[in-house]
Amino acid sequence: MSVMKRVSLIFRAKADKALDRMEDPRETLDYSYKQQVEMLTRVKRGVADVATSRKRVELQMNALQKEINKRDVQARDALGKGREDLARAALQNKAQLQGQYTDLDSQFASLQEQEEKLTLAAQRLDAKVQAFRTRKETIKATYTAAEAQTRINEAFSGISEEMGDVGLAIQRAEDKTAQMQARAGAIDELLASGALEDHVSGGTDYIQAELDKLGAGSGVEAELARMKGEIAASAPKQIEGNGAAPSQEQEQEQEQAATAEQQAGDGA
Amino acid sequence: MIVRILGEGQFRVGEDAATALTALDKDLDAAVRDDQQAPFAAALHAAVALVRSEGTPLAADEIVTADYILPFSDATVDEVRKLLADGTIAGDSIGLP
Repeated sequence: MSVMKRVSLIFRAKADKALDRMEDPRETLDYSYKQQVEMLTRVKRGVADVATSRKRVELQMNALQKEINKRDVQARDALGKGREDLARAALQNKAQLQGQYTDLDSQFASLQEQEEKLTLAAQRLDAKVQAFRTRKETIKATYTAAEAQTRINEAFSGISEEMGDVGLAIQRAEDKTAQMQARAGAIDELLASGALEDHVSGGTDYIQAELDKLGAGSGVEAELARMKGEIAASAPKQIEGNGAAPSQEQEQEQEQAATAEQQAGDGA
Repeated sequence: MIVRILGEGQFRVGEDAATALTALDKDLDAAVRDDQQAPFAAALHAAVALVRSEGTPLAADEIVTADYILPFSDATVDEVRKLLADGTIAGDSIGLP
């Protein structure tokens, strides 16, 4: 049998069952209206939840992009210092992060689509609920009990189908959001723990540490050279300063040395 | 004929589209019976596209039941098999407890 027909019968059966249980048709209208207002609140909350998830994914994408850029800078830095091994490790890590970024990007698109659809569903339901409210008052006021029953059944079944549709849509959105939140939580943890950085053998901490070492190494050499210069310049003064006042010639020499030292220091 | 696409609302479709839809519905039915995702997705995609392009959305204040209901455009064959087997609508809060 037709799939489309079977699905429609499931929705119809749901409404019929609810109608059968209700004794006073007019009460049915009020009860249903109350349910509709509740459903409307639920859809609006659903839209907000999906939006929150989407924003979270967006923040993660920004964080990942920063990491990716960092790897790029590191790779260039390493190549500049002649460390191809480090550059390779940085680029491998970058490729892995880009894979994660692509995954987040598709999640983002999916959430955005869900958000748009739910927003439209909320608007549709809102319009139907307003129409139902008007109709329910008309039915109550104008029709005899027997006539009212038919009209109520029509309105109730129609709105029930809409509610069933929206209810299913929210359910799906909630399921999807829950799945994504679990994955997003995992990525948050990875970003926070730095495990993302160590994912590839060698990892970025290692890359950065090596690069830092190279940077620090050249700094140490420069400082050593400067200290050597200082010691060489002040050596005669210490040896000869114990006796009588230094001669004018010696003073001049010392002044020259001090100036040279200062120039060397400024140049470093 | 009135067709609902779950998640997208109701559409009024003409005779020609209804005939084409009936053919696609047979494909849907076969795919659900055989539990085949690929042909299911293909038939669903075609049916949804047909209703969207040929149908006219019902006015927001029209409260009627649909003759036929198409699953969500991205529904899987598993999801639809489950819906048909259970005969219940998850997340639906209408009706008495």
